[in-house]
Amino acid sequence: MHAIVTKELTKKFGELVAVNKVSLKIKRGELFGLLGPNGAGKTTFISMLCTMLKPTEGEAWVEGYNIKKQRDEVRRNIGIVFQDPSLDQNLTAKENLDFHARLYGLDKKTREERINEVLELVELSDKKAQLVKTFSGGMRRRLEIARGLMHLPQILFLDEPTLGLDPQTRRRIWEYIMKLKKEEKITIILTTHYMEEADFLCDRVAIIDNGKIIALDTPENLKNIVGGDVIYLRASSQEKLLELLEGLNLKARIIDETLNISISDGETFIPKILDIARKSGIEVYSIGLRKPTLEDVFIHFTGREIREERGSALTYARAVVRARRMK
Amino acid sequence: MLVAIYTLWLREMKHYFRARSRFLGSLATPIFWLAFVGIGLSSAFYPRYLDFMFPGIIGMTILFTSTFSGVSVLWDKQFGFMKEIFVAPISRVSIVLGKMLGGVSIAMLQGICILLFSKIFGIKILLQGVIPSLFIMFLISASYVCFGLIFAARMEDPHGFQIVVNFLIMPMFFLSGALFPITKIPTWLKLLVCINPFTYGVDALRLCLIGEGAFSLAKDVLALLIFFILTLSLATYLFREMEA
Repeated sequence: MHAIVTKELTKKFGELVAVNKVSLKIKRGELFGLLGPNGAGKTTFISMLCTMLKPTEGEAWVEGYNIKKQRDEVRRNIGIVFQDPSLDQNLTAKENLDFHARLYGLDKKTREERINEVLELVELSDKKAQLVKTFSGGMRRRLEIARGLMHLPQILFLDEPTLGLDPQTRRRIWEYIMKLKKEEKITIILTTHYMEEADFLCDRVAIIDNGKIIALDTPENLKNIVGGDVIYLRASSQEKLLELLEGLNLKARIIDETLNISISDGETFIPKILDIARKSGIEVYSIGLRKPTLEDVFIHFTGREIREERGSALTYARAVVRARRMK
Repeated sequence: MLVAIYTLWLREMKHYFRARSRFLGSLATPIFWLAFVGIGLSSAFYPRYLDFMFPGIIGMTILFTSTFSGVSVLWDKQFGFMKEIFVAPISRVSIVLGKMLGGVSIAMLQGICILLFSKIFGIKILLQGVIPSLFIMFLISASYVCFGLIFAARMEDPHGFQIVVNFLIMPMFFLSGALFPITKIPTWLKLLVCINPFTYGVDALRLCLIGEGAFSLAKDVLALLIFFILTLSLATYLFREMEA
């Protein structure tokens, strides 16, 4: 049996189609990632699976329960860590967990045991009597993960679990997620717009853009679609070089003022490129070789970068709200 | 369901007792009314005014505290905690009832405190009326918490909520007979007073505590019950419609 099955799941907000006929199956015990830019429909998609939003069309089953007809059964079987903070700051860490456990109907003994277990897992045992408002952003995130696990859910949803956290904290959250997967034996569904996060953590990744799944496979297989290597270079006349390379039927693109060329055998091709450049009088300032990332996969399918909307008003506003709440 | 209601109630209580300034601050307003307006007016015009006003001030305390308790829903929305509640496997009715009982407990605690002040101010209350008055306080409070929840369900901004609710509650307080008898006022004013549900709460409290009133206790209780059922149903309906 699958943990999650969706059939043409669709959500419209007026004219806007946030999620467009998504059909997929997620296996039990899998760490499944939804990767895509902000506004791609990731949160809307999982909000429907969590019964927070009603789908406009289509069907979905979570642990075999229909998300429209068996909402309470679905809710009992899932844990959620929301994108935005959702802790009660005027309660202690322990009280937040206790509140959660009571709402999910755990008895006193199970509550006590489970609180200690999950706090241990996220290494917050010594902070359990502290008010959440004294916690740092990373600690709050960990507590939210702990809370999501309190009622022993079959599936844990993590919506952008490391958004707004510094790199070290992000690393630690990744470690907890890996540990979770090993120790709790649950299905984890994670949304992110950090490609390295999806790459590092997930068994399988669905790349989502404009409400549609454009690719779904293991990170390895996805990267293999792009090809073996990516050569990146800076030169005096990149447009001209791009044209020349495209004339040779090569997949090349200028991104961030850097020319990227996807190629199966990068090492032997570098001298050839330098040769082409020299013959056309183009000066190459720098050149390098790297393995493709999921970012390259995204570009391959959409012609855009995931980070493209960087600096957009909405993202900025979200970051500000988040920063305020994290205080 | 009972567990969920209790859990939500417990949280409201923890919040309340953790912010002690809220408790003391909420007692200040009624004391000012009694000490400054009440004593002032009784000395100037009518010696028994303080006794007359006292049930009205208890009613006022209950009215404001109950209605404004709905603001906690807006803070929960702001801090994202509403999502945590909404995604739990509990019914929306229990969320409304949990919030309601939380607000009622706080409002009644304050009402009882004011009741105890009667000794300090030398106000004579009917001892046999104390227990029935608690029941009336419960009815007023439960109705007005739900009244506040109706607005809280539809709004986002806590400050906006305070302004809107104040705009509605202030006239309800002034037009209730809490401060003056409603038997001698002009007809147009009396009409407004009679469609105001809070009027019946004040009247019932006055009947219980000092044995005076414009209507019968049965009529007061009936009016309050109808108002309670209406507000509770509407609040529950709106909470069911809410998407976090």
